[in-house]
Amino acid sequence: MVLELKKPRPVWQIMFSTHHTDVGLLYLVTGLAFLFMAGVLAMLIRTHLFFPGQNFLISDSVTFNRIFTVHGLTMLFLFALPVANGIGNYLVPIMVRYKDMAYPKLNAIAFWMNPIGGALLWLGFSDTSWVSYAPYSVIRAPGPAADMMIFGLKILGISSILSSVNFVVTILKCKHPDLPLRKVPLFAWSMLTVSLMTLVAMPSYAAALIMLLTDRLGVSGFFNPTAGGDPIAYLHLFWFTFHPEVYIFLLPAIGMMYELIPRFSRKPLYSQGSGVFAFVMLGMIGFASWGHHMYSTGMDFTTKVVFMIGTLAAVPASGMHVFNFLATMWGGRIKFAAPMLFSVGGIALFFSAGAGGVLNSAMPLDFISHGTYWVVGHMHLFLTGTIAFGFVGMVYYIFPFITGRMYNEKLAKIHFIMMLWGTVQVFFTQHLLGLEGMPRRVYDYPAEYSSWVQLNQIATVGAWILGGGFVAFLINLLYYSSKGKEANMDDPFGLGGKYYYPHTAKNPHHIGY
Amino acid sequence: MGHETAEWVMVGVVIAILLYVGVDSWVVQKEVEEVPADAETVKVIGQQWFWSFEHQDGTKEVNTLHLKKGHAYNFEIYGKDVMHSFNIPDWVVFEDVVPGHVNHAWFAPDQAGEFPIQCREYCGLLHYNMRGSLIVEDTP
Repeated sequence: MVLELKKPRPVWQIMFSTHHTDVGLLYLVTGLAFLFMAGVLAMLIRTHLFFPGQNFLISDSVTFNRIFTVHGLTMLFLFALPVANGIGNYLVPIMVRYKDMAYPKLNAIAFWMNPIGGALLWLGFSDTSWVSYAPYSVIRAPGPAADMMIFGLKILGISSILSSVNFVVTILKCKHPDLPLRKVPLFAWSMLTVSLMTLVAMPSYAAALIMLLTDRLGVSGFFNPTAGGDPIAYLHLFWFTFHPEVYIFLLPAIGMMYELIPRFSRKPLYSQGSGVFAFVMLGMIGFASWGHHMYSTGMDFTTKVVFMIGTLAAVPASGMHVFNFLATMWGGRIKFAAPMLFSVGGIALFFSAGAGGVLNSAMPLDFISHGTYWVVGHMHLFLTGTIAFGFVGMVYYIFPFITGRMYNEKLAKIHFIMMLWGTVQVFFTQHLLGLEGMPRRVYDYPAEYSSWVQLNQIATVGAWILGGGFVAFLINLLYYSSKGKEANMDDPFGLGGKYYYPHTAKNPHHIGY
Repeated sequence: MGHETAEWVMVGVVIAILLYVGVDSWVVQKEVEEVPADAETVKVIGQQWFWSFEHQDGTKEVNTLHLKKGHAYNFEIYGKDVMHSFNIPDWVVFEDVVPGHVNHAWFAPDQAGEFPIQCREYCGLLHYNMRGSLIVEDTP
């Protein structure tokens, strides 16, 4: 039922298919393509910052501002969301033992909004930064670029709501009646949690985008102080969506690790119940902390305290996930193939990113770190260190099931080492850079601050190592998907014994757990 | 010790650490936000892409701020166009400039010298160059 690339089919048959594995493949290919495009932008940013001085690589600050804006938008909306949806499309219907997604056509429509939204973001190349704070995005951001970004994000937001509806209905209503909800595998639980979160969180940003657009057209003044509006309103609407969105990006990666770690530890999962509990907890607590992005906007003391408590409350549930992974690995016969390496690396970096996050949420420390490179390092440690590690591990794992061939394990290990090394070198260094006071989103920095120069150069070298790892990934994806050794489909990773692979199910209706 | 006990111990330790962080930052923040009664008010206006200052006695300065050692100062922060962030990293003075709002931050320099002032919220074309300097004078 998988093996799309092995049995030759004309590409349009995959493109116009509504079958969940075909749509999943489309999501995966698009998401990974955008990962490499946005990765090139990241390399440009880091290389430019290697030397202080304005004419090194990017000759004007507008171009630089556009590059970091599109880098951020692409990584979040065109890499993180589509790849999670792609893997979800592959696995969720099989995990709940249904023949397809609940609404296959809606599924395909939701996918095809992604290339359109992506085209609008890339052709516009806006300079508002991905948060596009008002009033800059209302009164100063140039021309069609910002409007194209608003329309692009609008389309991507609708796509994300449609696919969430689809996942919720598939899991809750199309699940096999013999399969109780608590026994649904944890990856499907993570997709259920994030889909419900999307349905609650996304409308507030959708409203903010429309208000931003009418403000730009000059027919309203919601966020424009000269027309009686308030920029703080935009910040609330924005962060009410995008703090939960952090968990929407994160939880599928955690869910993927729940697939990989028991399998490669050759042991059953330590606790299904604790995983479900932690997902549901994070899904709710994620909505209690958006204000910690706004401590310095003139928020009063009590509000700050409330949002600090809401932020800290997310930590025990995250700790339960880490504990669950460690307890599963404990005493297992672990096989360190690439998917397992990426999962373990991801957990280690998740722990360090979370520890840094506790410092951010403490009010007095936030005034040191907010708006500096500390925040850049912190959130990339989540996005690269945890989310991308989980996704890449899952892509390696599912690779033989999609292509029928094995990736090159040695190349994958080189990819892992370079990616781990690079991630640590770039993003840990950026934490230090933040403590030295360097603001984020700067095109240039004074050459006389020697510590800024040194730390920037260390970070840039780390970024090149990270980028080199992704070259290895690209070779694995492009070359070994058609030229690799044929995989042994009963046990592609040589784990021995009889392990259940959901994707090998010929007819998911009749597979028993 | 079974896994179950270990998990409860882990959750307990995490909650204890969080309580410490939460209570300690409550105490520190409460202290930090207490503005001394004798603090002198300095008006700060942030606009694309420079800082202007107005002292209590009416003197105005652009991009360079002269203050005296040993005095407490309360900044009244105004915005003209888009959001900025008024930041003196060496003294942990940091507050957003929000047009339509007046924000506050205070500090009392106890060391003379020259310190950078910068913008820490993305504000467009010359955000990177929206820098000034604070000169703390030793005169009593």
